[in-house]
Amino acid sequence: MRPETETELAELVAGAAGPLRIIGGGTRDIGRPVNGEVLSVAGLTGVELYEPGALTLVARAGTPLAEIEALLATENQRLAFEPMDHRSLLGSKGVPTIGAVVAANISGPRRIQVGAARDFALGVRFVDGRGQVLKNGGRVMKNVTGYDLVKLMAGSRGTLGVLSEVSLKVMAVLEAEVTLVKRGLGAAEGVGALSAALGSPFDVSGAAHLDTTAEGETRIRLEGLAGSVAYRTKALQDGICAGWENVEGEASANLWREVRDVLPFAGVNGEVWRISVKPTDGPELSAMIAQNGVEHQAIFDWGGGLVWLLVEGAPNAGAKVIRQQVDICGGHATLVRAPEALRGRLAVFQPEPASVAAITGQIRDKYDPKGILNSGLMGP
Amino acid sequence: MHMPPSDPTILARKPQIVARLQAVLPKGAVLHDPAETRAYECDALAAYRCPPLCAVLPGSTDEVAAVMRICFEEGVPVVPRGAGTSLAGGALPTEDSVILGVARLNEVLETDYDNRFIRVGAGRTNLAVTGAVEADGFFYAPDPSSQLACVIAGNIAMNSGGAHCLKYGVTTNNLMGVTMVMADGEVVEFGGPHLDAGGLDVLGLICGSEGQLGIVTEATLRILAKPEGARPVLIGFDNSEVAGACVSDIIQAGILPVAIEFMDRVCIRASEAHARSGYPDCEAMLIIEVEGSEVEITDQLERIIAIARRHNPIELRESESEEESARIWLGRKSAFGAMGQINDYMCLDGTIPVSELPYVLRRIGEMSVEFGLDVGNVFHAGDGNMHPLILYDANKPGDLEKCEAFGAEILKLCVEVGGCLTGEHGVGVEKRELMHTQFTDPDIEAQMRLKDVFDPGWLLNPAKVFPLEASRARRSG
Ligand SMILES: Cc1cc2nc3c(=O)[nH]c(=O)nc-3n(C[C@H](O)[C@H](O)[C@H](O)COP(=O)(O)OP(=O)(O)OC[C@H]3O[C@@H](n4cnc5c(N)ncnc54)[C@H](O)[C@@H]3O)c2cc1C
Repeated sequence: MRPETETELAELVAGAAGPLRIIGGGTRDIGRPVNGEVLSVAGLTGVELYEPGALTLVARAGTPLAEIEALLATENQRLAFEPMDHRSLLGSKGVPTIGAVVAANISGPRRIQVGAARDFALGVRFVDGRGQVLKNGGRVMKNVTGYDLVKLMAGSRGTLGVLSEVSLKVMAVLEAEVTLVKRGLGAAEGVGALSAALGSPFDVSGAAHLDTTAEGETRIRLEGLAGSVAYRTKALQDGICAGWENVEGEASANLWREVRDVLPFAGVNGEVWRISVKPTDGPELSAMIAQNGVEHQAIFDWGGGLVWLLVEGAPNAGAKVIRQQVDICGGHATLVRAPEALRGRLAVFQPEPASVAAITGQIRDKYDPKGILNSGLMGP
Repeated sequence: MHMPPSDPTILARKPQIVARLQAVLPKGAVLHDPAETRAYECDALAAYRCPPLCAVLPGSTDEVAAVMRICFEEGVPVVPRGAGTSLAGGALPTEDSVILGVARLNEVLETDYDNRFIRVGAGRTNLAVTGAVEADGFFYAPDPSSQLACVIAGNIAMNSGGAHCLKYGVTTNNLMGVTMVMADGEVVEFGGPHLDAGGLDVLGLICGSEGQLGIVTEATLRILAKPEGARPVLIGFDNSEVAGACVSDIIQAGILPVAIEFMDRVCIRASEAHARSGYPDCEAMLIIEVEGSEVEITDQLERIIAIARRHNPIELRESESEEESARIWLGRKSAFGAMGQINDYMCLDGTIPVSELPYVLRRIGEMSVEFGLDVGNVFHAGDGNMHPLILYDANKPGDLEKCEAFGAEILKLCVEVGGCLTGEHGVGVEKRELMHTQFTDPDIEAQMRLKDVFDPGWLLNPAKVFPLEASRARRSG
């Protein structure tokens, strides 16, 4: 099924005889395998409104992300939350769509500074499990009219409704960027430096530590007006980052593309976990997981709080140990890359405490009473 | 404005309900004498007031839970309350409701600079959150003008914003977790000091739900390192539309000030009489603030000033000292209060695309003549969040109704040009009946279904947000 309009989409959902598997570009197959007829949103395309002076863009959900990024570039603007491209990591082909970016709340390294996709989503239109067209939010920067379903839809991965249109806040591309780089720090030491930099007034827009090479690499990004970036670079190099090398322009951008898309784990055997914890817990978590027998490589983004783990050869992708350790420090873990059979057997998303699960379960029942929208995808 | 009739069976059971509440709370935490509850009869939308059945002031999450269990068993509506500064009637009680005030839950529970968060009791005032971390060089970004009084629980319920939200976002962008007591007294945690939700973003739904989904008792908030410096510039224009166009140009140029505030002549004069900030006497004024290092501030201000000059400002003044900056902001922050000195006012909160500012300002001016009521405009121009203040005389028969009608017209205009009814104050009782101008019946139904999940009996702040007709069956069910 590949509707071309929102009305068609609504009719298809309303008339669905059984479960549906909703895809945009199909580049981010994350979650429990879903049975059902494929419902592609890729036919709903087009930017409906782009107002650079109001920093807003409204697009149909199937619009290719690349098309949006190209359009924004003509006005020297961008999606500041830096959505990750999953194709390299997952080995998927296809064209990422804007709807999926919102539906899966996909953000990148700049999330620690400016917020996540959910923070830039101003409004949504979607079709719920009854086939009803609904809207929430709008196209303005501030909106508290009624409940914030935009946040609820962002990250619901098509389990509450099929997004047909999203409106987003966009931002200016900044004049200059510099990355400060240091090799040879251990994870704890590296993340310590990231915390110090993030706690400084120097407006860090990227903070990552990669444990994927023998010596490890720690990176701190600064962006803004050229004079200000130069000043802040010096300020950090005079203090927290004494002796760090600086990388500028396109070379700097490449370093962050590598972090954003988790490229060190692309094309390498093994399962990949994405874990969100309190930043300083990141290194300790990784150490405890190793101590409990699950060997891995780690990339720490978001100042240490976003931990990517590559696990190879552990039974069940090391799920038992990883879940146990994440429970100890608090946070959540998602098994982003694993063979379908494994994803069918294990909880892909963080199991929720019973009290929360009772609420989210009921929310799903209200929006998708027949259980036809990506049924089970986020399930325990 | 109407409120649903009170349930006489609850009024009849008042002594028994009060006694049960007294049994689970410390002495002095249950106020039931009409003289004692007077302070809880209204919030800052003072045109409407009503004595509650009683008011309770629990001092811990457990005590809140105990209160909620009793109210749940007794079927008594509960109206959560922070500091009562809501401008939308969010904390307005009905006669058959218990006001649950969280102001006593005001402690700092944890500060963590390495991970940049603070956990506080939800009754802590907004300013006292920054107060707790300021000496160490940090701050909590959302800064409603009411920040001296309003509390975090109220901020969360309304998803409040402030002058500096242009850069740092509103409450929802700075909220990491909450402890919430559900309608039946169960205590549930959402989120925490890590980023984003592992499953559905329920926290995102709770923020801005106007006290209808549960009682927030604790909050984990993102704190940020204070920038090295900040400096405002004052720019005066002899025409509101030109000021609006200047805002649009600055944003389009890719400059991101932390605040762009707008005041028109009515507000400038009112504020000057009060705060003496040295504002120019002109049709429209912008306060634009930039932050960062000296290099950054100078660079940004140069660019802003260059753009402003193209719009022929009649005054352009960069602050030259901390003291002058504080005075400039004092005038802005006391604008509402100053307007209140002139007359009663109703403060609207519609938000529009920035590009529509000139048109909407002109239309408001025209409507002011048609309705025969003066309007002052003071608002967050950078994000299109308008605050027309309609002046009226509460003692003059018919004036409030005229003011409400005028307000409704302005809000409809905001929706018409692609905006919304409320950008930061919330719907409350004030804009409840206008929800249909922005939403279809199914849109409203979809929102009410979420309340059904959290509060199946519709006991929490039931007569708010949704048009009374739309929620009637649920409220009486
Ligand atoms: C002079 C003035 C200036 C203002 N400036 C701004 C501004 O710049 N930006 C802005 O956004 N707002 C502003 N406001 C509006 C108001 O201050 C905000 O809405 C504020 O967040 C309300 O906080 P409060 O503690 O007073 O809450 P209250 O008024 O007590 O309650 C507000 C809402 O929160 C609910 N609530 C309270 N406590 C809880 C709880 N524990 N759990 C669940 N729900 C709860 C209430 O039921 C109600 O619906 C201003 C108000 C005034 C009077």
